[in-house]
Amino acid sequence: MADPLLTVTNLETYYGPIMAIRGISFVVPERSVVTILGANGAGKSTILKTVSGVMDPQKGTVTFAGREIQGMDPDRVTRLGISHVPEGREVFPFLSVRENLMMGAFTRRDAAGVGEDLELVYSYFPVLRSRAEQRAGSLSGGEQQMLAISRALMARPRMMLLDEPSLGLSPRLVKEIFEIIARINRERGVTVLLVEQNANMALHIADYGYVLEVGRIVMEDTCARLLEKEDIKEFYLGMKESGVRGTRRWKRKKTWR
Amino acid sequence: MRSAHPGEDALDTILQLVLNGLAVGCIYGLVALGFVLIYKATELVNFAQGDLLMLGAFTCYMFVVWYGVGYWVALALAVALVALFGAVLDATILRRVIGQPQFSVVMLTIGLGAIFRSFASIAWGSEIYTLPTPFSARATRVAGVAVSHEYVSIIVGTVALCAVLYAFFTFTRVGLAMQAASQNQLAAYYMGIPVKLMFSLIWAISAGVAAIAGVLLAPVSLIDINLGFIGLKAFAAAVLGGFGSIPGALVGGVTIGLIELFSGAYLPQGFKDVAAYVVLLVVLAVRPQGMFGAIVRKKV
Repeated sequence: MADPLLTVTNLETYYGPIMAIRGISFVVPERSVVTILGANGAGKSTILKTVSGVMDPQKGTVTFAGREIQGMDPDRVTRLGISHVPEGREVFPFLSVRENLMMGAFTRRDAAGVGEDLELVYSYFPVLRSRAEQRAGSLSGGEQQMLAISRALMARPRMMLLDEPSLGLSPRLVKEIFEIIARINRERGVTVLLVEQNANMALHIADYGYVLEVGRIVMEDTCARLLEKEDIKEFYLGMKESGVRGTRRWKRKKTWR
Repeated sequence: MRSAHPGEDALDTILQLVLNGLAVGCIYGLVALGFVLIYKATELVNFAQGDLLMLGAFTCYMFVVWYGVGYWVALALAVALVALFGAVLDATILRRVIGQPQFSVVMLTIGLGAIFRSFASIAWGSEIYTLPTPFSARATRVAGVAVSHEYVSIIVGTVALCAVLYAFFTFTRVGLAMQAASQNQLAAYYMGIPVKLMFSLIWAISAGVAAIAGVLLAPVSLIDINLGFIGLKAFAAAVLGGFGSIPGALVGGVTIGLIELFSGAYLPQGFKDVAAYVVLLVVLAVRPQGMFGAIVRKKV
């Protein structure tokens, strides 16, 4: 594997007195797709927010392209080449679709390149072209998700942080969006850190996966191997082979940590 | 006045009142615009907005009368200084209260207003001043109505300023980024927009607009340290228009200006000052979101 683009070591982040991330380390190699799986409240979004600078960690380091970025203001992190697609889309509701996309390119000065990328995202999501002058707030949830991904792409990032891109979308749309994410990674060479509850989709497009439970990483492996693990099948893919889940919790089963 | 045709005389009066009402309303509208810009961006209600207007008027007066600077240069200097002051105010003080209870913000900005008034009385004295302008005490008769240049300058100035602001917010990259930062602060951060700087710029624009309003108002009203209390009526105008709507602020301002002048002319003594608030209460009772306000629901 290539040198890691993003390295996170011993990260601890709190919401007030509550420890949301309890000492996490992981790496994201350049041009790869890495996914972090976990249930509600496991701390997935907090990890992304800490990487992009919206939250400051209490301890630990975040190194991006050889530079420590923990505690930096989010607009500076964006300028370094990390685009965050937040959970729940967070489009600018009263700006038009095109204006939203132009805001994605806010940090860029090369008008020609911005024009090219605008064409590129329109080719990924043709529906955005037809809605270009419409207010973003009037789009459907799926279209807003497409807009949020496109907007992040407009910054021509080295790395994209995707927070639950499948949330609230129909299965067909989820498939479409994941295909585009795979294409962005393949064709544009953008490194992707993907946080998902839809483990099946995530494990199929990602190269490497981490499993997060209550603020700790409890398992990591290549996605091909994760897909074969009994615990993943049972808890994340819903394929039960024997018995019920009962009271068994991964936290208690530390053998495979 | 030609008293031979009493009907025409009444018409003259009405036209005069419309003109003056529009002009005064424009001032309210401009100050209300400042309220709304700041509120939309930072959810702070700046009760010192009227006092920024007062500072603008005084600064311009100081340049013109004390230092003999030309009117237009003095106007530009006053606007630039007050705008800069607004930005500094945001960066040093008001940024700290974002997210605090609305009550503390109100107390803070009212307190700041009092400080500005004291500062003005120390720096410029508490007398009443007149600002000589190219428009002072000049009038043109149009169709029998004496049109005073002071009032026309207010209306023209407001329209021009609104056009410039509209173009800035709609067509420039920074203007759009300010809108974006107002609509969704977190997402603006993710875009690499320096949100704090944008908020300071919004404060600068609001303060600059207030300063322009102060300078426009100066020839009509006199300059004294209590000029800022006009901010209260402008606040009513902003609420009337639906706090958060920019066209609403301007229409609200003009509405209040017209109501005030007409009730001053045709209703018994004393109604002039309460009429605007009576209308405000009625509008809020019938349409609580204000004239232009929309109840926006977030799409999930």
